[in-house]
Amino acid sequence: MTAAGNAANTAAFPANVSVRYGDVEVGTEIPARDFSIQRWQLIQYAGASGDFNIIHWNERFATLVGLPDVIAHGMFTMATAGRLLTEWAGDPAAVVDYGVRFSSMVPVPDDDAGATLTIRGTVEEKLPDNRVAIALDARLGDNKVLTQARAVVQLA
Amino acid sequence: MQVLSLNREFIGRSYESSPPFEIGRELVRHFAAAIGDFNPISHDVEAARAAGHPDLVAPPTFLTTLTFRRPSGPMGDPELGLDYSRVVHGEQRFELHRPVHAGDVVVATSTVAEIRDVGRNEMMQVVSEISTTDGERVATATNTMISRGTAAPKES
Repeated sequence: MTAAGNAANTAAFPANVSVRYGDVEVGTEIPARDFSIQRWQLIQYAGASGDFNIIHWNERFATLVGLPDVIAHGMFTMATAGRLLTEWAGDPAAVVDYGVRFSSMVPVPDDDAGATLTIRGTVEEKLPDNRVAIALDARLGDNKVLTQARAVVQLA
Repeated sequence: MQVLSLNREFIGRSYESSPPFEIGRELVRHFAAAIGDFNPISHDVEAARAAGHPDLVAPPTFLTTLTFRRPSGPMGDPELGLDYSRVVHGEQRFELHRPVHAGDVVVATSTVAEIRDVGRNEMMQVVSEISTTDGERVATATNTMISRGTAAPKES
């Protein structure tokens, strides 16, 4: 990880946010955020997760098997979208159920910009015990990269 | 080219991961950093305890590491007939019965819940019950894989 990347991510984290159940309604939005994905992050994620599939780091191999470029791990996309939830709630333990369908690949070019995912969320349902169901929208440009992305989040 | 369909006799088979997986603080930190999550609750033991947790809390998708670091289940069995070059990750869900903490020692019991045709593809769903070695339920992980183009040809 670069020092610059680390500092930027740390600064972006909205610490000590606590969302109260009474303050949200069906339709309440978690504002859209952009998440940049660069090659070095895929390498780091491979090491952390143990998923060393070659298509996630070797452009020569990825294109040989017909992919447009190195592809982000689906689970990295899922984790990135999950950050919208955990940073909104303020505590990673607040996410009690989280599921997605992977609908489109995320090619990550070998340049300084990488790929930019735009993630937003909407409260779909208020559940008992101060829980809410959230629908996530995750896009690369106009392409939905996740569909049926839903989570149950425990609020205060 | 001869394309083998998945062996349906695998439906219902269960596999237990071994040896138990020890979730350490540094892996929780490593995984959280790799997804750009710098919430102190996943990095700083004192912050986690101040938030009411016994130790560092892992991000919601952390248990994916088990799939790669403690591979078990049917995927490695040649009798299943799974060709990895045809597999894409279709869906993933984590139902967390309680937060995953550093210090947890867990095992996964993975069951082939379903194999069926979806058009020209096949889908295989593996449901993993993840518990501590003391028998406490931690999470249910549902992994749906798509095997492209391996459905048996249909009578027309």
